[in-house]
Amino acid sequence: MEQAIYQELPAERMEEIEGLFAEIRKEFKGRADELIPMLQRVQRALGFLPEQALLEIARLTRLSAARVFGTATFYAQFRFQPVGKNIIRVCRGTACHVKGSNRILETIEEHLQVTPGQITPDGLFTIETVACFGSCALAPIMVVNDSVYGSLNRSRALKLLDEIRVREEGLFK
Amino acid sequence: MDFTLIKERAEKNWKALENLRQPLIQIGMGTCGKAAGADEVYAAAKQTLKQMNLLGRILQVGCIGTCYLEPIMAVRKPGGPFIYYGNLTAKRAEDILLSYLRDGDPKPEWAVCFTGEGPVDGIPRFEDLPMIKPQVRIALRNCGIIDPENIEHYIARGGYSGLMRALQMNPEEVVQEIKDSGLRGRGGAGFPTGMKWEFARKAPGQTKYIICNADEGDPGAFMDRSLLEGDPHSVLEGMLIGAYAIGCNEGYIYIRAEYPLAIKRLETALKQMREYGLLGRNILGSGFGFEIHIKEGAGAFVCGEETALMASIAGGRGMPLSRPPFPANKGLWGNPTNINNVETLGNVSAILAQGAKWFAGFGTEKSKGTKTFALAGKVERTGLIEVPMGIRLKEIIHEIGGGVAKGKKVKAVQTGGPSGGCIPADLFDLPVDYESLTAAGSIMGSGGMVVMDEETCMVDIPRYFLSFTADESCGKCIPCRLGTRQMLDILNDICGGKGTIEDLEILKDVSETVQKGSLCGLGQTAPNPVQTTLRYFHSEYEAHILGKKCEAGVCKPLFHYEIDPETCNGCGVCSKKCSVGAVTGEKKKSHSIEPDRCTKCGACYEACKFHAVHIC
Ligand SMILES: Cc1cc2nc3c(=O)[nH]c(=O)nc-3n(C[C@H](O)[C@H](O)[C@H](O)COP(=O)(O)O)c2cc1C
Ligand code: FES
Repeated sequence: MEQAIYQELPAERMEEIEGLFAEIRKEFKGRADELIPMLQRVQRALGFLPEQALLEIARLTRLSAARVFGTATFYAQFRFQPVGKNIIRVCRGTACHVKGSNRILETIEEHLQVTPGQITPDGLFTIETVACFGSCALAPIMVVNDSVYGSLNRSRALKLLDEIRVREEGLFK
Repeated sequence: MDFTLIKERAEKNWKALENLRQPLIQIGMGTCGKAAGADEVYAAAKQTLKQMNLLGRILQVGCIGTCYLEPIMAVRKPGGPFIYYGNLTAKRAEDILLSYLRDGDPKPEWAVCFTGEGPVDGIPRFEDLPMIKPQVRIALRNCGIIDPENIEHYIARGGYSGLMRALQMNPEEVVQEIKDSGLRGRGGAGFPTGMKWEFARKAPGQTKYIICNADEGDPGAFMDRSLLEGDPHSVLEGMLIGAYAIGCNEGYIYIRAEYPLAIKRLETALKQMREYGLLGRNILGSGFGFEIHIKEGAGAFVCGEETALMASIAGGRGMPLSRPPFPANKGLWGNPTNINNVETLGNVSAILAQGAKWFAGFGTEKSKGTKTFALAGKVERTGLIEVPMGIRLKEIIHEIGGGVAKGKKVKAVQTGGPSGGCIPADLFDLPVDYESLTAAGSIMGSGGMVVMDEETCMVDIPRYFLSFTADESCGKCIPCRLGTRQMLDILNDICGGKGTIEDLEILKDVSETVQKGSLCGLGQTAPNPVQTTLRYFHSEYEAHILGKKCEAGVCKPLFHYEIDPETCNGCGVCSKKCSVGAVTGEKKKSHSIEPDRCTKCGACYEACKFHAVHIC
């Protein structure tokens, strides 16, 4: 079965969305030019854009749902599926490409058994690609959550992933 | 507040810093520095000062440009020069501080260079480094030298005096000054900035806008990020000057969301400008008022294009419009709008402070001033550089960049990103100016410069760019939407070993159609990577199609790895690195690769210290 493009936030997280929109109503006036900042605000809080949030934004801005969904899907930044606890972003910019970033990406894909945009079954990782982080002098670049790592090679990339796994599993115990 | 008073105070504080009676440490904390581990170095420096019971100050500065040496720390003893150290670890930073500040030994063997009073035994002067010598810093004048979060540093080094001068001139005179300087847009197209301002100034309308384009969508470029992170006020001052010249009171900075540090630095800078009366209704009592808003992009390359950018600010899909009408007449919300690139504005503030004549003294007849480049790829010294226009490519690649890694051959340099082209090594005599690069089939672009060596495949490169442009095409016009896809399909075939020689004709034909028929600059320039490689590297296309060979070892179906039995000494590293068990052999005996198992991941090739693994 093909996966739906949009997903709803599960019922147990509904409170989160209500709290978030209470804040959004205070922070924004509901003008059309606030649409993208609003989408960014929701994604920053929830990690992705659930269907209910997109519809709520349409109501707030009085834009059609088609306009809101159309704008959101136009931009690469927005996600419509939940993400893993850790977001691994591999740069696919020119400098990184020339320095072999595709090999790093392949190695990570193989190691985690997911492709960009997907989440690992244990929910620990999502991998994504990015056009360029602007740290090309230190190519190849990978960003783990908010930390940027430069001059990577395959084994350092895998080591970074393993360190996270160890840390996370330690937390669970 | 009066600007003379502000300036006096800033200068006094700057002098106090220069005459500081304690050690002063500068650490490059731009994104590059942080990526290389500057945070750990910062923590170590702080801890070491404490451990020695020294008061000392640590300053976080922007990028000085020698990114390949990150993390970088500069140390100054009271009254002494700054000594720079590179490629630091926390431990090395601690050792240096203990040795220099406690024992008086600056450890020349670890130092890179010094600035200020010299000479220092065994350490070269910063300006004499081969990477720095050919450079001229105008846009980057303060990067790596001041604390970008301290407006007084900027003011003490001459900041906002250009604005003060402008406010005493007529707006028309300011426009004329920029025209006289010969400044051309640094965002790619190279349109004369003064002329553009004049259009917007003369356009009828009450409400006008100025926009700073900080989208920097070209993958492989980071000049604008570094400038915004290292010296945000130089850009903001340029924006104010532009606004005054055009006659507008509201401006936007459109910046990509991938640059969180630059956004933070801009926010801090705007707050400080407000505190100092440099933003708001009545700037320094001149009667001129101006407000700036920050808009974060959301990851669409086409939004760097002017009309798409404005559609995005207005909250919609970033789809370009055909022109005329030009933004100067009908831009943001239908009002006259002027859009300038970050670096253009960074130059504007310098021109107003130092005069058009001074600026026009740099560069060539038609390309005045300097250009920053993000030098990356297969060069030894990667980093952010600023060179006078007219410098030859070979000076940039060989002198500044130090050439490619030992034993490798440089093949080409790519300028202008997805809109630019690949210039082969035998044309490196070419001067860097707008016209020469265009004549060679590439463009100046915004400043991405990626060096390629023999392990870069010149069919894979256009394929890489086309997969980018096909992905980023907004889909509005057919030549771009379908043409980029068509070119990509053909290139995929060729790289996959399924290309035919007729494909090259079709490729050429489609590329011309896309170039001529597309609505905006994205489509019009997307064929450049294809056309330049067809022009300069035709033999590589033929080798892929007729010989079924990718000599660079990039296109997987067109090469394989072999171990040379003569060179292999059986150390076994390759077989350990192989994750699929394709490399076999007894210890101390030469190894071999099983072609059926090998996934051509290249791990053995990279791991072999004896270069016994060959691309065949
Ligand atoms: C597809 C596309 C992407 C662009 N991206 C950028 C960009 O990231 N930054 C930039 O300054 N200009 C970019 N430009 C050029 C701008 O449209 C515009 O010409 C420039 O910002 C004008 O400023 P300038 O005259 O100061 O160079 C792009 C153009 C196109 C067609
Ligand atoms: S190309 Fe990877 S950071 Fe720019």
